Amino acid sequence: MSTASQQFLTFVRKEFAHVLRDRKTLLILFGLPVVQIIIFGFALTNEVKNSRILIVDNARDEISAEIISKLEASRYFDLERGQHTNQQIGQVFKEGKIKLAVVFPADFSGALLHFNYAPLQVIADASDPNSANTLTNYLANIVSDYQLEKFGGQKIPLQIGTEVRMLYNPQLKGAHNFVPGVMALVLMLVCVMMTAVSIVREKELGTMEILLVSPFRPELVILSKAVPYLILSLVNVTSILLLSVFVLDLPVKGSLFLLFAESTLFIITCLSLGLFISVRAQTQQTAMLISLMGMLLPTLLFSGFMFPIENMPKILQYFSNAVPAKWYYIIVKAIMIKGLGFPAIWRETLILLGITIFFLTVTLKNFKIRLT
Amino acid sequence: MEVVIQTDRLTKRFGDFTAVDEISFDVRRGEIFGFLGANGAGKTTAMRMLIGLSKPSSGKAAIAGFDVYRETEKIKKNIGYMSQKFSLYEDLTVMENIRFFGGIYGLSGKFLRDKSESLVEKLGLQSERKKLVRSIPLGWKQKLSFSVAVLHNPKIVFLDEPTGGVDPVTRRQFWDLIYAETLRGMTVFVTTHYMDEAEYCNRLSIMVDGKIKALGSPPHLRKEFAAASMNEVFFKLARDAERGGGLKP
Repeated sequence: MSTASQQFLTFVRKEFAHVLRDRKTLLILFGLPVVQIIIFGFALTNEVKNSRILIVDNARDEISAEIISKLEASRYFDLERGQHTNQQIGQVFKEGKIKLAVVFPADFSGALLHFNYAPLQVIADASDPNSANTLTNYLANIVSDYQLEKFGGQKIPLQIGTEVRMLYNPQLKGAHNFVPGVMALVLMLVCVMMTAVSIVREKELGTMEILLVSPFRPELVILSKAVPYLILSLVNVTSILLLSVFVLDLPVKGSLFLLFAESTLFIITCLSLGLFISVRAQTQQTAMLISLMGMLLPTLLFSGFMFPIENMPKILQYFSNAVPAKWYYIIVKAIMIKGLGFPAIWRETLILLGITIFFLTVTLKNFKIRLT
Repeated sequence: MEVVIQTDRLTKRFGDFTAVDEISFDVRRGEIFGFLGANGAGKTTAMRMLIGLSKPSSGKAAIAGFDVYRETEKIKKNIGYMSQKFSLYEDLTVMENIRFFGGIYGLSGKFLRDKSESLVEKLGLQSERKKLVRSIPLGWKQKLSFSVAVLHNPKIVFLDEPTGGVDPVTRRQFWDLIYAETLRGMTVFVTTHYMDEAEYCNRLSIMVDGKIKALGSPPHLRKEFAAASMNEVFFKLARDAERGGGLKP
């Protein structure tokens, strides 16, 4: 074995020792993806049972009574009846006692029979958008079932229109398709922050000087810092995919090989970002802060994972193009959920590649300048 | 005697500030050369130029016969370095540190194993070999750090304030290690502001405001400045310093 590769192995072994010996790092490294998946997994659970809903029956006629008894029979709802005014309903929502309120207008069946249309007001607490959405859908289904059952045979269709109003969060931005997002997030966090911190730590401790004075090539310092995190990140990708397949029943529709290849590319992108930060930052805190504010926040905001990019102002849409996680998110969604192949994502791949090369070049240049 | 460090009007400027101002000196093989000066006198900057961490602004310097501008890679193979900041990995064991630093200097296999074993034995650290460096006392860390810096048998070892923060007895033990290495022909270049350490050196240079104000063996300097001790010599020189301060007797 040549001296260089021997030196390289020595260094990589040492990096692994650092990671495996530090409980906090280990916890972040392997606990984080599991926790994220579970947290987001709960947000995604659409089964909402026994939710308390408030019924305000201003009509008190045959049809409203029948609909209410249908609702009562459903396992989704726990009914509470009252004669609240709109203001009082708002108050009950604020106290957090109910998830949904259903208001029958005074002449409900009259309107239905004479005008063939009767509005049914449904108010939902959409601060939890997923359950609000789910509950209103359940309700609308129950009402339309009833409608079909009761008036289905008649020539003139009578319609009960459920008029839904979402409180607090009218756009209903949900967390669906979150697995690709979590993957981007976790990789970003692990690769960017940990590599940045691990290099800056050597600067702070003074060991970097010793390394630079040694005949060990500076490019190798960078490379051997990156290798352990690349391997650990691939372990993370695997564990996230296992969780998503076996715990969340979200299978990988496309090629697993392609998914891993693209993930490796994204990991290298993140590593190069981490290295870039580490060359700039002088203290671990700075490195951590830059990683969090400069990388993690844009990833959350601009990857399209939490907030749809199409709805953003044009300037922010342009900005989002510079966020690597956005492209990775598109790639993973295409492979995992849509089952598409490389022809569908070659452009995104090229963009990631470009970003990576850019940061690696800048990093290597800066690193050398420090030496002389 | 063979000259292993040679500088000629070596200078480092940071903008308007001249940290090291035209210093010229020679160090011969097997010598312990002390580099004294108050904090901020320019010792560390001068040393950083010699070991290739910092590029000189002007002047010449050769280390082990290699030019500091062009041949830094060759210089690196011939020197050892122990920095002012404590420079072992605290979360690795004693043995792992020895193996790691030996490894990055290109030592490997049975040679490195034997070398590490005999080092641990020499330092009396057999029972600590598997302990994390974090858990051993500062004096031991410094001895270990020095031994690691000379593990690859460099021609010259550069020590930047190697004994900061330890008591005189431990300092004395540390110097015994240094003597042992010079007997085998190693050259030692050491910066310090402890005067008892100054007395241990074969020759000294004293830096004030980036310039070398005195150069010679301790007895020679005492005579030149009509002083009873190195301490007095140092105070006579440092009194006129414009920058720095924080003298330690």
